[in-house]
Amino acid sequence: MDTVLKVRDLAVDFKTDLGLTHALVDVGFDMPRGKVTAIVGESGSGKSVTANCIMRIIQPPGRIVGGTIDFAPQGMDPFEIVSLGKRDPRLKELRGGLISMVFQEPMTALSPVYTVGNQVAEAILCHRKVGRKQAWQEAAEMLERVGIDDIDRRIRMYPFEFSGGMRQRVVIAMALVCHPEILICDEPTTALDVTIQAEILTLIRDLQQELGNSVLFITHDIGVVAQLADQVVVMYQGRVLEIGTVRQVLKDPVHPYTKGLLAAIPGLAPKGEPLATIATVVGDTDITRPYPLVTLRDGRQVSLPRDQLQGAVG
Amino acid sequence: MRSYLLSRLLGMIPTLAVISVIIFVVIQLPPGDIVTSMLDRLQAQGVDTTEEYVQNLRAQYNLDKPMVLQYFYWAGNLLTGDMGYSHLYSRPVNDLLWERLGYTLSITVSALFFTWLVALPIGIYSAIRQYSIGDYILTTIALVGLATPPFLVALVFMHIGFDWFGVSTGGLFSPEYEDAPWSWARIADLLAHIWLPMIIIGLGSAAFTMRILRANLLDELNKPYVVTARAKGVGHAKLIIKYPVRIAINPFISTIGFVLPSLISGEAIVSLVMGLPTIGPLLLQALLNQDMFLAGSLLMWLAILTVVGILLSDILLAWIDPRIRFE
Amino acid sequence: MSEAVLSPVAETPVSREESAAISPRRLIWLRFRRHRLAYASGIFLLLLYIVSGFCEFVSPYGTTTRNDDAINAPPMSVHFFDAEGNFHLRPFVYAYRMEVNEDTWMREYSEDTTRMFPIRFFARGESYEMWNLFESDVHLFTTDEGGYIHLFGTDQLGRDMFSRVFYGGRISLSIGLVGVVLTIVLGILLGGIAGYLGGIADRVVNKAIEVLTCLPALPLWMALSAALPVHWSPLLVYFGISIILSLFGWTGLARQVRGRFLSLREEEFVMAARLIGADTPRVIRKHMLPSFSSHIIATATLAVPGMILGETALSFLGIGLRPPVVSWGVLMFQAQNPLVIEMTPWQMLPGLFVVLAVMAFNLLGDGLRDAADPYSTAGAK
Repeated sequence: MDTVLKVRDLAVDFKTDLGLTHALVDVGFDMPRGKVTAIVGESGSGKSVTANCIMRIIQPPGRIVGGTIDFAPQGMDPFEIVSLGKRDPRLKELRGGLISMVFQEPMTALSPVYTVGNQVAEAILCHRKVGRKQAWQEAAEMLERVGIDDIDRRIRMYPFEFSGGMRQRVVIAMALVCHPEILICDEPTTALDVTIQAEILTLIRDLQQELGNSVLFITHDIGVVAQLADQVVVMYQGRVLEIGTVRQVLKDPVHPYTKGLLAAIPGLAPKGEPLATIATVVGDTDITRPYPLVTLRDGRQVSLPRDQLQGAVG
Repeated sequence: MRSYLLSRLLGMIPTLAVISVIIFVVIQLPPGDIVTSMLDRLQAQGVDTTEEYVQNLRAQYNLDKPMVLQYFYWAGNLLTGDMGYSHLYSRPVNDLLWERLGYTLSITVSALFFTWLVALPIGIYSAIRQYSIGDYILTTIALVGLATPPFLVALVFMHIGFDWFGVSTGGLFSPEYEDAPWSWARIADLLAHIWLPMIIIGLGSAAFTMRILRANLLDELNKPYVVTARAKGVGHAKLIIKYPVRIAINPFISTIGFVLPSLISGEAIVSLVMGLPTIGPLLLQALLNQDMFLAGSLLMWLAILTVVGILLSDILLAWIDPRIRFE
Repeated sequence: MSEAVLSPVAETPVSREESAAISPRRLIWLRFRRHRLAYASGIFLLLLYIVSGFCEFVSPYGTTTRNDDAINAPPMSVHFFDAEGNFHLRPFVYAYRMEVNEDTWMREYSEDTTRMFPIRFFARGESYEMWNLFESDVHLFTTDEGGYIHLFGTDQLGRDMFSRVFYGGRISLSIGLVGVVLTIVLGILLGGIAGYLGGIADRVVNKAIEVLTCLPALPLWMALSAALPVHWSPLLVYFGISIILSLFGWTGLARQVRGRFLSLREEEFVMAARLIGADTPRVIRKHMLPSFSSHIIATATLAVPGMILGETALSFLGIGLRPPVVSWGVLMFQAQNPLVIEMTPWQMLPGLFVVLAVMAFNLLGDGLRDAADPYSTAGAK
């Protein structure tokens, strides 16, 4: 399998008033090239922190304390992201050039004082030696591609003149305009209306298939995962609990937490029964205790003690 | 933008009208009026006056009319540019005013630029290096600067000038240029003198503005749009200037509305201490001698300066921030 | 689990269980306590107010008492060791030795180590009338008859600067408070009317605020205080000045109150109170005011420095309070000439007190504002 990103033993600490919090503990997963990898988990499970690590935009008081992220872009020597120096030109190239990101809040993700065109074109100007005019031209093309019409007028408009869905399209255009190897989407539809959510998801999937880039999709919405993802990474409290294909994880979860997560989806439970919570499904299993990931026969990985796997180990 | 400008300009008219009423009331407050104080002066010189002469005088200054009418006479004269006659200096107010107004304007405006020039870099530095030693030192200085009345700063500076450099730091000109006609040399001499009052007057405002900018910038630094821009690959210095600073600068510009009046207040009192030929000392003399035409005109002009300054800052703000422009 | 773990930890005053039970007021207080600088400023101001409040007792002399042996004399230093190096348990000061400099004809003072004045605490000295209520002659510290003590030096009439600074503090510090009380009344009244009624009332008040904030305060203060009749008694002038100061000072508070009212009107708990039948005064008193009273206190605290600076500036110009009233501004009036500062820099001490008081008020106000803001994290540094 061709792997574009290899995360190993990634650890992040947050130093707060209340002491040290381990936001990520030994997180590891592989991203297959040209595929959609989804990270699923509740709030605080470390999904976004993982994404921010890949972009190296962890802000104090957060700090990467260990691990490696090996990145193999096409047509370039592979390199390791965590150890890049602050002034390493590859870091600048990485952000927005090789890997780019779409955020949760389209309402605040754009600066209100610059035109949409300015902010999209800036991404090009940051990474390629092209003239301003050329950059605006390409920005306009990309904006049209993400579904913004009347482009000659709209490109000169300010973000606050756009609706939330439109702004998210702008952010997506901004992220894709440099044709990145990986597009990270950090809950890109959470802040949007349900109808707009579907549109944005379709857009992301279509563009992925069109451009052939890899996508790291962060969400807490299992439905979105089913629609979009090829591979799923389940996270809980800063750790990876289960990795597998979308079919494996959603149809036949191994880890009790994953089972709980799936059981808690409204509509899947039989009529008349109270909706299961994660806690009722997980039962007595102590999911807060960390176990190393174990690879099963069918290729998936689970964080459980070997004795609980009952012969499924490969 | 044009409609915004127009509405702002039109909004100035009622503001100035209300201000003129306030000032008129204020200058009417002291007991007696211009004629009684003129008579006092004449009597002190031993000149006897007839009842008829007094009546004539009162009629001449419209003092026999009702108060409301007096206001309209006064305001009407102001509008036509006739600001009356200063009996204290025995000259038309217009003659007294223009040159001093020019000095007031140049000192205030340069103090404003000084304020920005100092507050902008320091505010940015203090915010991005929050809790560093430099930040602590600068915020402490700002705290002291904010608490020190301008006249005290002036006294300290003059003391330092006298003590360390043996120079008298008062005035706007060297003696040889004091009454000289305007020339490049005189302008150079003015520039060589104006920086000290500029710093003294601007210090408090710079401290105030720097604290505002620091607080605003701290709020903006972790906003999502900054993270987006960083994820886009914008370099650090450009990122800070183009994104958070650009937003944090808005309230910074709108504080001109607070800063300008306080600069003008500071200018008035510092001019008194340093003996500068501006409106401040003239105003004090006019008030102490109940030369109310003069005082009223001076107050009105100070108010006009402020209102126009605030208007300019509003326009600047609208030009810089599309959100205001598009309202 | 051991005993030690169960006992409450002093460092963390608010645990989650507790925070549900403690009142908002107590929460604000706890947050304020964490602002060490603001807390210290509060204590400093409290001390300053107490000392100024009891200035008759704290000062060794009255404001007009002259010492003809010490004209423009510098501050004295307190000694425990005499010139021979002997230790004295009771601190003492040396008398001035005055010489006239033959070049400049200025008086120059040095310590006369042959005459020492021991400092007596809670001893009898000059008699005074405490708060115009009762007579006393006990001072916090003074010297024996025939001696003198001038910790901050003396002015050109030989008056003790230490005493004058604290008598002046009484006036300057209290004028700030009186002015702020007036400001609060005006600000809440007008801001509340504007914010609660809206409509025309709002527009009128808003215009008034706009007009007043764009007027340079000092020139108008000057004009107004010049209009105070000359024959007014010091007390009348005192109140006149505080009214003048608050006349232009209420705008900031009114703007705050207005904004709060406007946003609170839309809040659900206010709507809920109205729906269960509370009348307007009750809604305002019970639901709206408490939710921003702490902000009012913070804003008012931040308004005091402006008042103090205003009084100082006016008196410094000679159109505010006038002698024989003693305030920090009046004291600074004597120090207008750079030559005076050159020769007797200790005459600037009232200015130092102005700066310290204003700085403390600013810090205190900042701390209160942060503490009053339920979403603030600024206090947690």
